[in-house]
Amino acid sequence: MTTPLLEVKNLKKYFPIHKGFLRRHVGDVKAVENVSFILKAGETLGLVGESGCGKSTTGRTLLRLVEATAGEVKYNGIDVLNAKANDLRKLRREMQIIFQDPYSSLNPRITIGEAVGEALREHNLYKGAALKERIQEVIEICGLADYHVNRYPHEFSGGQRQRIGIARALALDPSFIVADEPVSALDVSIQAQIINLMMDLQEQLGLSYLFISHDLSVVKHISDRVGVMYLGDIVELANKNDLYDTPLHPYTKALLSAIPVPDPKMKRNIIILKGDIPSPSNPPSGCKFHTRCPIAQDICKEEAPEFKEYAKQHFAACHLIDK
Amino acid sequence: MDTKVIVEESQELQNITKEESVGPWKMVWLRFKKKKIALTGVIILIILVLSAVFAPFLTPYSPDEMNFSNVNAAPSRQNWMGTDNLGRDYFTRLLYGGRVSLMVGVISAFISVTLGSTIGGIAGFFGGRVDNILMRFAEIVMSFPFLPLAITISAVVGANVAPETKMYIVMMIIGCLSWPGLSRIVRGQILSLKEQEFVLAAKALGIPNYKIILKHLIPNTIGYIIVSAALSMANAIMAESGLSFLGLGVVPPTPTWGNMVQHARNLHVLRTRPWLWIPPGVAILLAVMSINLLGDGLRDAIDPKSNN
Repeated sequence: MTTPLLEVKNLKKYFPIHKGFLRRHVGDVKAVENVSFILKAGETLGLVGESGCGKSTTGRTLLRLVEATAGEVKYNGIDVLNAKANDLRKLRREMQIIFQDPYSSLNPRITIGEAVGEALREHNLYKGAALKERIQEVIEICGLADYHVNRYPHEFSGGQRQRIGIARALALDPSFIVADEPVSALDVSIQAQIINLMMDLQEQLGLSYLFISHDLSVVKHISDRVGVMYLGDIVELANKNDLYDTPLHPYTKALLSAIPVPDPKMKRNIIILKGDIPSPSNPPSGCKFHTRCPIAQDICKEEAPEFKEYAKQHFAACHLIDK
Repeated sequence: MDTKVIVEESQELQNITKEESVGPWKMVWLRFKKKKIALTGVIILIILVLSAVFAPFLTPYSPDEMNFSNVNAAPSRQNWMGTDNLGRDYFTRLLYGGRVSLMVGVISAFISVTLGSTIGGIAGFFGGRVDNILMRFAEIVMSFPFLPLAITISAVVGANVAPETKMYIVMMIIGCLSWPGLSRIVRGQILSLKEQEFVLAAKALGIPNYKIILKHLIPNTIGYIIVSAALSMANAIMAESGLSFLGLGVVPPTPTWGNMVQHARNLHVLRTRPWLWIPPGVAILLAVMSINLLGDGLRDAIDPKSNN
């Protein structure tokens, strides 16, 4: 087996809660707890889950935009979480991120050319005319025109802004990109354009994506493998067809049953989960899902289930799969 | 050399497109241009500044030149605004007084803006305990009533100093007491900006912190800082006039609009020689009003949501 591009082991991120005038530490928001996965070169791993389940925090922790509490992230064998400033700088060229909000992700005061070229200049990769050429090249492969370089973000539409965000991430020629809900803020027709652009770019440039989304249909379209997150844990991870055809975890089943189908006559058995997602600052004991699980038993309240391989390359964490 | 190539190329690019790109500052100007009242303010302000700067060319007298054969004269062809009780030409003193008043305004505003944006910026960027300490300090400064505090400081610090030095003390007092408002605004701005995704993106691209601050954070707050600078300049002129009127600001013989209005404290002068207090009063009014108009116009022009 070849070494994977990215290897994540037991990643944890707790945000401390401080209270009162003296800012005493009273607890933690356990945004990410025990997330492990691997990503092969050229592959897309989808990460789905409800709002607040730690998908974005996972993505940001991988890039050290947020410092992890514990765990191990290896990129091509390099320890990312403990990389020194100098090594981290080199890693920045390899790992990039695309954001959800095309409005807040671009600085309104700098031109597109500047936004895309800033990193190239910072890393001394291109100079003078070559810099100019590289900026245009990147902008053009993202479907924008060369004369856009001197424009400001407010002159673009949401979809175009998202293309600029992609161009900025691609400028350094990275091989791994965290796509943090890149299409959630866009119209459906524009979503398709951006998804197709991302897939084309993956083919041309051999990119690997960690594709974070709450839209199961989009994830199914773009991913090779899919991980389902609940309250900071990955509860199921499998190849996309296995996951969508034979889901093992009750949470995955509930999610899949909720995908809207464009046929009003079709009868569906939607599994409706009761209650809200519990607070990550005080997660339930045992299996975190037991408060909402339709088939929960006594054991679920007491023991946290192990994340095991149930079928080939099909992992899940649930006590009741064999039963 | 490299920049020249880029400039030439970008010009070529613009020729290709014909359509002109509108940068954020140009948009501010386009919006500002439409506001007639704000433009009027700018024109009045320019006239005031020019007449203060070119005072020596506008009058043949010097501000301290006394003429005891011609005291308390009414306005005439020789002395457009008459003379005061020492026979000094009042128009000349008004022009030179403008120099001092406007300079106090500019320098106090500069001190207050520098303090306010630095303290607010540090509090916002570093957050946590630093933020807590700095903002509590700002609140303490803010919670003292301005005039009593300014009078006390002025009386204690500026008791036995030369009139020139007194002027600088007044600038310091006004500047050091009026920064908390701005520091709160800047802190709020930086707090919200640093959570914006473009700051994270810059971090992910490996841009160092100081460049993020200089290139991504400050340019996005500069609009508010400029507006606040204009408004605090108007306030500083008012504060200086108030202090000088009470005899605790800039003291004679250095003329300022504030201590010239002092003549109105004498009931006899108030009734019989209005040319001694109306002109400096009007000058203060015009300066403060025009700066406020400019500030308001800028605020509307910088806010992208007020697009009409």
